[in-house]
Amino acid sequence: MYNLIGAGLIVIGAGIGLGQIGGKAMEGIARQPEATGKIQTAMIIIAALLEGLAFGALFLGK
Amino acid sequence: METLLNDFSPGLFVVSTILLLALIALMVKFAWKPILNSLEERESGIENALASAENARKEMQNLQADNERLVKEARAERDAMMKEARDIRDNMIAEAKEDAKEVTSALIEKAQASIQQEKQAALAEIKKNVAELSIGIAESVIKKELSNKKDQLELVEGLLKDVTLN
Amino acid sequence: MKIAQKTIKFLTIALIAVFTANGFASGTDKKHDDQNDGGRVNTKSEVDAYILHHIKDSHDFSFWSYTNDAGERKHVGFSLPIIIWTSEGLVTFMSSEFHHNDDGHVIVEKKGLKFAKIHSKIFELEKGAATVSFDKDHHATNAHKVLDFSITKSVVGILLIGFLLLFWFSRLAKQYKTKQVPTGFARVLEPLVLYVRDEIARPNIGDKHYRKFTGYLLTVFFFIWVLNLVGLTPLGFNVTGQLAVTACLAIFTLVIYTVSGNKDYWMHMLWMPGVPVLIRPVLAIIELAGALIIKPFSLLVRLFANISAGHIVVMSLIAIMFTLKESLGVVGATGLSLVLSFFITLIEVLVAFLQAYIFTMLSALFIGMAVAEPEHH
Repeated sequence: MYNLIGAGLIVIGAGIGLGQIGGKAMEGIARQPEATGKIQTAMIIIAALLEGLAFGALFLGK
Repeated sequence: METLLNDFSPGLFVVSTILLLALIALMVKFAWKPILNSLEERESGIENALASAENARKEMQNLQADNERLVKEARAERDAMMKEARDIRDNMIAEAKEDAKEVTSALIEKAQASIQQEKQAALAEIKKNVAELSIGIAESVIKKELSNKKDQLELVEGLLKDVTLN
Repeated sequence: MKIAQKTIKFLTIALIAVFTANGFASGTDKKHDDQNDGGRVNTKSEVDAYILHHIKDSHDFSFWSYTNDAGERKHVGFSLPIIIWTSEGLVTFMSSEFHHNDDGHVIVEKKGLKFAKIHSKIFELEKGAATVSFDKDHHATNAHKVLDFSITKSVVGILLIGFLLLFWFSRLAKQYKTKQVPTGFARVLEPLVLYVRDEIARPNIGDKHYRKFTGYLLTVFFFIWVLNLVGLTPLGFNVTGQLAVTACLAIFTLVIYTVSGNKDYWMHMLWMPGVPVLIRPVLAIIELAGALIIKPFSLLVRLFANISAGHIVVMSLIAIMFTLKESLGVVGATGLSLVLSFFITLIEVLVAFLQAYIFTMLSALFIGMAVAEPEHH
């Protein structure tokens, strides 16, 4: 039960983080469409780091 | 964490490590090295081709520039030559004019001088003639001396008429 | 060339046919009341068990299973050799001797030792025990795990994909000997190689050092990508969803960037310049933990979790077909399951690439950090 609550909290946190990353990346792309490639790469790397953190937490709790 | 560790199979880890090491070694030896080498070769070939094309273009440009320069030079030379010719012609004309002027003025001077001379000579002759005439008249007057005063006058007048005719 | 291709096709089909026949022959399981053979998916708990069974490694290669008219369970597939290191040394036998049992009821005796298979793990029974006894958490009390070097399904997958990659890329390499531009399938592979080299290896590692590591990165990229994609086919491989395999990959990356780290890298890690001396040991501990534990751990867990989660989601959506049969009817449940699983599979195809890309990208990034030339201020 507590595991599930923890997992929910992790997903909320990770969701907020991913939303921030994605949203800011979109803003950046809209502002500077010529930098799309660089922004996407950076976005994916940061999202991957966040994802690693979230998965790590999920599996520590499992 | 516990399930995670429970799922982890050390045997599979060992087997996959061995297999992956072998795979990486074989792939590097038989695939990636030759592929990357040939890709690099191709890229450097393309680069060289591009560079040589660029060089050719530059050479072409140089040639064109040379040509243009040559044409410009030729034109300038022609212009210079023409200018020189014109100058020479102008000079010649001017010189000719000068010469002609000089010659004419010299001629005129000479003519004037000769006219003067002639005049002088004529005057001298006239003087001589007048003198001779006067002497002749005087002789004649002296010859017919005293015969007649009236005749004397007539004679002088007749003589003078002759003189003026001269 | 055509003849060779036809021969290969024929051989493949013949091989599958032989193994399938073998599966038919050996797959008959008399104990049809056995619930835990990983074949039946009618109720919710059976679906859960099936999915959990699937994402684990397996000692036999089964395509599907069914109950025939006589009430016998039939498994179509082929068994794989089991190689284990026990207290008596190396023991080998075929997995068919377990008769697809996965909860420790079938005991195999070799070299005077008794073995049971519980949740895809081989257990060696203690001396004198005849059957496995479990405590209330379903842990075996009188048996212990053995070191299992079996040719499991994942190993088969690794071997298969390894040979496939070797075949594809050595052919691409051979093509360059005769022509500048490859033809056929190799033309598809070339831009991928260029992509990994120019978009992943070179910008992250730097022009000076990238050549040394490109081979590793390319291998890892194609290995993970192709295995992810194969995992989406009904063959049911879940190689990149095995913790042992992803751990192995992550540890390779760890070893590479630890070994190739230059003086500057180690100095920044162990004795950070530009901060007060008292803080330096604290920073060193944090940096060491980051480099030696957190980085490889995030690499291995990310790949494992993404692929496992993908498999679980796809299979759960397929299972809608059974679990919602009563409330939606056969057609409704099947249609819903088809539509959902179709779209989620499309996403999984994207994830398959993305995870390979991220793993390779982060490996390149970590290696790049280790070999970066110090900036002279």
